[in-house]
Amino acid sequence: MISLEWVKDYIDISDEDLEELAVKITKAGINIEKVITNKINNLVVGEVVECDMHPDSDHLHICKVNIGKETTQIICGADNVRKGLKVIVALPGAILPGDFEIKKSKIRGEESNGMICALYELGLEEKTQEAYDRGIEELPEDAPVGMEALKYLKLDDTLYELDIHKHRNNDCYYHIGFAYEIACILNKKVTLPDAPYSEIEDDINNHFSLKVETEKCPYYLAKMVTDVKVGPSPEFIKRRLNAYGMRSINNVVDISNYVMLEYGQPLHFFDKDTLGDKILVRDAKENEEVVTLDGNLRTLKETDIVITDGEKPVCVAGVMGGENTEVTENTKTILIESAIFDSVSIRNTAAHLDLRSEASIRYGKGLSYEYTEKAIERACHLLEKYAGAKVLTGIVKHDKIDKTPKVTTFKAEEINSLLGITISEEDVKTELNRLDFPFEYSDGLFTVTIPTRRLDIDENVNDIAEEVGRLYGYHNLVSTLPTCPIKKGEYKGDVKYRKILSKRLRSLGLNETKTYTLTSPDMAKLFKYEEKENAVLPNPMSIDKSVLRTTLIPSLINVYDYNKARKVKDVMLYEISKTYDKDYNEESKVAILMKGNYIINEWNNTKIPVDFYLTKGIIENILDYMGFKNRYTFEKNPLPHLHPGISASIMLDRKQIGVIGKVHPSLKKDDIYVAELSLNALMTKVKPIKFKEASKYPEVIKDMAFIVKKETMSESIENIIKRAGGRLLTNIHVFDVYTGENVKEDEKSIAYSLTFSDPNRTLTEEEVTEVFNNIIKNVEEKMDAKLRDK
Amino acid sequence: MENILEQLKNDLQTIKKEHDLNEIKTKYLGKKGRITELSSQIKDLPNEEKKNFGANLNKLKTEANNLLDTKKVEIETEILNKKLEEESIDISLPATKIPMGAPNIIEKIVEEVEELLMSMGYDVVDGPEIEKDEYNFEMLNLPKGHPARDAQDTFYIQGEELLLRSQTSPVQVRTMLEGKGEKPIRMICPGKTYRRDDDDATHSHQFMQIEGLLIDKNVSLSDLKGTFDVIAKHLFGEDCKTRFRPSYYPFTEPSVETDISCHSCKGKGCNICKNTGWITVSGAGMVHPNVLKNCGYDPKEWQGFAFGFGAERLAMLKYGIDDLRAFYMTDIRETKNFDRKEAE
Repeated sequence: MISLEWVKDYIDISDEDLEELAVKITKAGINIEKVITNKINNLVVGEVVECDMHPDSDHLHICKVNIGKETTQIICGADNVRKGLKVIVALPGAILPGDFEIKKSKIRGEESNGMICALYELGLEEKTQEAYDRGIEELPEDAPVGMEALKYLKLDDTLYELDIHKHRNNDCYYHIGFAYEIACILNKKVTLPDAPYSEIEDDINNHFSLKVETEKCPYYLAKMVTDVKVGPSPEFIKRRLNAYGMRSINNVVDISNYVMLEYGQPLHFFDKDTLGDKILVRDAKENEEVVTLDGNLRTLKETDIVITDGEKPVCVAGVMGGENTEVTENTKTILIESAIFDSVSIRNTAAHLDLRSEASIRYGKGLSYEYTEKAIERACHLLEKYAGAKVLTGIVKHDKIDKTPKVTTFKAEEINSLLGITISEEDVKTELNRLDFPFEYSDGLFTVTIPTRRLDIDENVNDIAEEVGRLYGYHNLVSTLPTCPIKKGEYKGDVKYRKILSKRLRSLGLNETKTYTLTSPDMAKLFKYEEKENAVLPNPMSIDKSVLRTTLIPSLINVYDYNKARKVKDVMLYEISKTYDKDYNEESKVAILMKGNYIINEWNNTKIPVDFYLTKGIIENILDYMGFKNRYTFEKNPLPHLHPGISASIMLDRKQIGVIGKVHPSLKKDDIYVAELSLNALMTKVKPIKFKEASKYPEVIKDMAFIVKKETMSESIENIIKRAGGRLLTNIHVFDVYTGENVKEDEKSIAYSLTFSDPNRTLTEEEVTEVFNNIIKNVEEKMDAKLRDK
Repeated sequence: MENILEQLKNDLQTIKKEHDLNEIKTKYLGKKGRITELSSQIKDLPNEEKKNFGANLNKLKTEANNLLDTKKVEIETEILNKKLEEESIDISLPATKIPMGAPNIIEKIVEEVEELLMSMGYDVVDGPEIEKDEYNFEMLNLPKGHPARDAQDTFYIQGEELLLRSQTSPVQVRTMLEGKGEKPIRMICPGKTYRRDDDDATHSHQFMQIEGLLIDKNVSLSDLKGTFDVIAKHLFGEDCKTRFRPSYYPFTEPSVETDISCHSCKGKGCNICKNTGWITVSGAGMVHPNVLKNCGYDPKEWQGFAFGFGAERLAMLKYGIDDLRAFYMTDIRETKNFDRKEAE
C-alpha cells in the first residue's frame, strides 16, 4: 500500500491526476491493482454562528452555520455543538459511508440543510463509545470556513494497492522507492527527506561493543540515543501509519515503522538499559529459545540468526525482537539497529517459525546498503525531533558488505536489437536520466552505474533494455516475425512415435485420455506384469498421489469406471504416457482399454462386440502400421490381474514388449479387455515400404481341417503349415474352429484355407497336391493332429 | 394368317408371367406350333403361290417373335420394378456408426499449436519428466534460494537434485546444450509438468505447458510480439487482438505477460475477462543472458525469445470449459465433440 499524500514529500505530483498516473505506472510494469481515494463531495468546514435549542426537543439544536458562500440552517443533536465552533458539515448531496445520502429535510418542523459530523460518521475513526460520547468533531479555530473538510484534515489521501512481480517488490513497497518509480514515469526528480541532528559529546563506543560471528550478517550499524521521552506520535506519523494499516503505538515505535515505510529498511530499537553493553550476532544454537515481542516462546534452529547480549538471545535477527529488551513507556536509552541479513536465511526462519513480520518480509527480499545508512540517520533525526532524544557521537559498525557498484556497458544498438526498435543515443540518454541511473557516455558506449536501490537489475544489457522498453511502452512495439532461414519443423524423438500412434488409435475408434502420473500405492500394484519397482515421492501431498506409475492400465480402468458411472456402455480408450521405475528409468507406453460393442446398430442387428480377438486386432493393426509385420507374436501367459486363460505377452523379435488380455473377473466383473505396449520398443528401425506385384497367374485354394488337443495353439499349427508349405504357400487363414458333436470333449477341430500361387507361372495340380500332402503329413506328425474327414 | 396374329395378341394380353410366355411361344412357334404347322401347307400349294406364301409366313414369324420379345421385356421390367419396390428402405433409419476416437481436449489444443509452429519451422521436442534440479532451475537463472522458486512448489524425488519437472523449460536447456552454442534453435516442447497444488477447478498438480524457444543471431522482442500475434490469431480468430505488459521471470529479460482481447465479449468487459477486456494467456520474454551463457550460447552473439502457455488455460478459454479436472477424467460423451476439424 502506497500513500500518495506521503509520496508527495519526495516528489512533486500536486498537478497529477492520480487515477491517470496509476494507469501510466501499471503500463510501465508496476501493477496497481486498486486506487483508493478518500473523497466525500459536499463536505466542508463550517462555523456555527448561532446555536439555539429546538423548541420541540430537549436535545436538538437549531444552528446557523457559515459554510463560506452562505449561512445555512442545520439541526444538530450533539451535546458539544455551540456558537463559534468550527465543524465538519455534510451538505445535501454528500454521500456518507453506508450509502447514506444527505438531503434537505425538516426535523420536528424545522428546516435542516445538512449534517454536522463526527469523524466516525465519515468512516475516519472507529465507532466506539468514547468516540460517540465525544460528539461532533471540533476543528481548530483557524480552520478555513468553506474549505473541503477532508483536504483540510489531510485525509483526502489516495492510496495505491500494489500487486507487483517479485523482482520489484522490494523497492516499490516503500515510499521513497515508489517515488523513484513515479519520477521515471513523469520525468521528475526525487528529493530525499532531511535527516540532520546534533550529537552530544558522549561516544557510543564508551557504552557499547559489537561482535558479529556469522557470515549471514554482512552489515550491522548501531547508533545510541538517550533521554528519550516516550509519548504519542505527531499527527502526520499517526495518520500515515494508519493509512498503511499500522496502528500507532507511541512516538518511538512509530518512528521505527515510519522509517521502514520510507526507506524499506527495517530498524530495531533495543532498550539499552535492559540490553547491557554488548551485542553479539551469531548463528542460533539448535533448540535455543527466545520469547519474542508478541509474547510467544520461539524455538530456533542452527540455520537462524540471533542477536544476543553476549549470551542470551535478545532478538530473532530480521524477524522479530525479544521481549526482554523491548522498548517500553519507561525506556530512556535506545540502541538503534539498522542491518542487512542474508535474505534466504531470513525467509527460511520466518517460514519455520510461521512468523511473517513486516521486517522479515523486507529482509527476505533483500535491501540496499545505502538505505541501511540513510535509515539510521533518519531515525536519529526523527527521534531527536519528536521524542526529545539526544544522539551520541559515533556509530558502531560491522561492514563486510560488498559495495562494488554494479556497472553495465553497452551500445544503443544493443538495446534496439533486443527490443526490435530504433531509438537514438539521445533517447537512451533521456531514458537513463529519467531512471536516475548515473552513466557515462563516450564514443557510442554507455557505462551505467546501477543504483543500489534497484536490486533487480544485474550487470547486463537486457536489464537496461527492459527498463528502456517499459518506458518506451510495449504497446508501441511493432509486430514483426523473425527473419530466420526457412527450415522444416518436425516432431522429434519419441514425440514423433507418440503422434503417429495417437492418430492411428483415434482412427481405429479409440478415445484419447490423459490421466495422472502420480498414483496411490494400491493402484500401482495392479497389473504389474514387469519386475519393476515404483518410484515413491519422499514428500507426497497425499497418499493418493505418492507413487509414480509403471503401467497405465490401472488409470484406464479408472476412466472406464468414471464413464460407466455416467452410463456410457461402449468405452474404447487409449493413453500414451511416460512411466518411471524406482531407478528413474523412463519408458513411454501406450495402453488401450476396450469394453462393449466396437460397432453396433441395434435395429439392424449389426453388432461387433469387443473380445480378445478384436483387441488383438487393434494391437496387430498398430504393429503392422508401425512396420513390424511378421516380427511379433502373442504368447499365452497368465499375467497379474488378467484372466489366466485369456491373456498373453506381446513379443517383438522374441522379446516381451507388452501384454494383452481380459481383466480378471475378480477385479472387474465386466468384460473389459486391455493391452499395453512399450513405445520405446517400437522406436526401432523398420524396413522401407516396397511395391510387391500381385501374381497374374491363377491361385489354387485348398482347405484342410485338423483335430487336435484343446490346448493346442493354432499358431503352432500355422507355423508348421508355413514351413512345410514353403514358397508356393502364399496365404493361410483359419476359417472354422469347432468343438462339439463328432469331436471328443478334450479336442477341437481347426480348419485352414490355404492359397498357393507362383508369381511367374500357373501351378499344376500335381505339384500343389504334393505340397498339400506334405503339409498334412508334417502337421499330423509334429502336432499329434489328425486330418478331419479322412 | 391374320387370324393367328390376332389370336397371339389376345393370348399375350392375358399373361403376366415369363412361364406363360414360354407356353404361348410353344403354342405358336414350337415344333407343333400353329405358325410352324403353316409351313407344312407350302408343299400343297401351286408353285406360283409358294413364293408369296413363304414370304408371308416369314413375315408372320418375325412379327410373332417381335410380339413375344416385346412382351418378354414388358414382363421382365414389371418383375424388376416390383423387386425394386420391395427392396426400398427407410433411409431415415440410423446409420451404423463407424468407430472414430476423439483426442483428449488438451492434446487437441496442443496439436493445433504444434501444427502451426511446425509450419513456421519449429521442431516439437520433449524431455524427461523426472528432471535434474540443475536443468529445471539452476541453469534457468534460478539458483537455490531464489525467491521465485517458491512460486513453483516442486515435487522433489531425491534429495534436492531430482524432481518432477515444474515447467517444461528444462527441455529448452537440454536443446540448447545439444546445440553447443553453434546451432540456431526453433523448438516447442509441450509436455506434462507437476507442482504441489491441490486439485480444484483452476488448479491441478499435473498440467500441460506449451513452451517455445527461438535462438538466432538477430531476434527481438518485436519478433516475439509478431509470433505471439500469429499464435493468438490461429487459436482465437483473425480479429483477436494482443498486448504485452511488462513482467518478470528469472529466465527472461525483458519479460512480458501476453494478453489477448477477450473473445467472449470482444473487449467490452465480461466475467471471463474480469471486465478488463483482456485475458492473460502466456508469459514470455527475451532469453536471459545468464541462461544463454549457462547453456553454452554467447549472449554477445546470440539472442532469443521464449514463451510459455498453459495448455489447460488455452483449452478452457477456447472451448468454454470452466473446470480443468474435466481434462483428466475423460467423459467420452464430452470429448466426442472434439473429433472434428476446427472451424475455419
